Amino acid sequence: MPYDPRMVQPMRDEMVQMGARELRAVADVDAVLGDPRGTILVFVNSVCGCAAGGARPALALALRHAARPQQVVTVFAGQDTEATARARQYFAEYAPSSPSMALFRDGEVVHFVHRHMIEGHSPQDVAKGLVEAFDRHCATSSV
Amino acid sequence: MSGHVFHPGHAELHGITVVVETTGEMVYVGRYHEETPRGVLLHDVAEHRPSTDGPSREQFVSKTLKFGVRPQHKSLVVPSAEVRRISRLVEWG
Repeated sequence: MPYDPRMVQPMRDEMVQMGARELRAVADVDAVLGDPRGTILVFVNSVCGCAAGGARPALALALRHAARPQQVVTVFAGQDTEATARARQYFAEYAPSSPSMALFRDGEVVHFVHRHMIEGHSPQDVAKGLVEAFDRHCATSSV
Repeated sequence: MSGHVFHPGHAELHGITVVVETTGEMVYVGRYHEETPRGVLLHDVAEHRPSTDGPSREQFVSKTLKFGVRPQHKSLVVPSAEVRRISRLVEWG
């Protein structure tokens, strides 16, 4: 059962403030991930305080880096369930977890951050890994 | 909603995805919750049961590390007497 929308709104706001676009419907997901061109980071948001509470600031830190994905989008697990399920179909070989992050380049997942790679790590540590991935995969296509 | 959230009173591994190696052949990967008098309580648990034609335990853990945990049990208690070693999944990278 989804949480009270008022409770999760700050978690949504945190994503929007760092420049992510919310995908709340299946059609929104298909409109973005159905077009494989360029680099796209999908952040699967979560109410999990331990992991998501570190993952969101980690992404915010990483997005300050010069090289970054052309698009940053987010779905909210347990809240926007249909949109989240649809997004996961685009990276189905990876087991569902939240929070998690998938970096696409031209339709291919080139980097994936599972929940188990976030748990117990500082936002700075997680951001470091993201920045390395951005340098490797987004450096020539950043906007 | 930002930053770390600590859980006072919980074990260091609480909320962390771990590999539990047993004194037998079974290996479990799941999110550590706590150790109870009955054993170690894990959530969202995948298990490796050795077979002649299946992956080795190292292959199982390596695949789980890369592609994530595909749980076979919502919760599972591994009896303390059967626990040989508990390590963080990310340490297997």
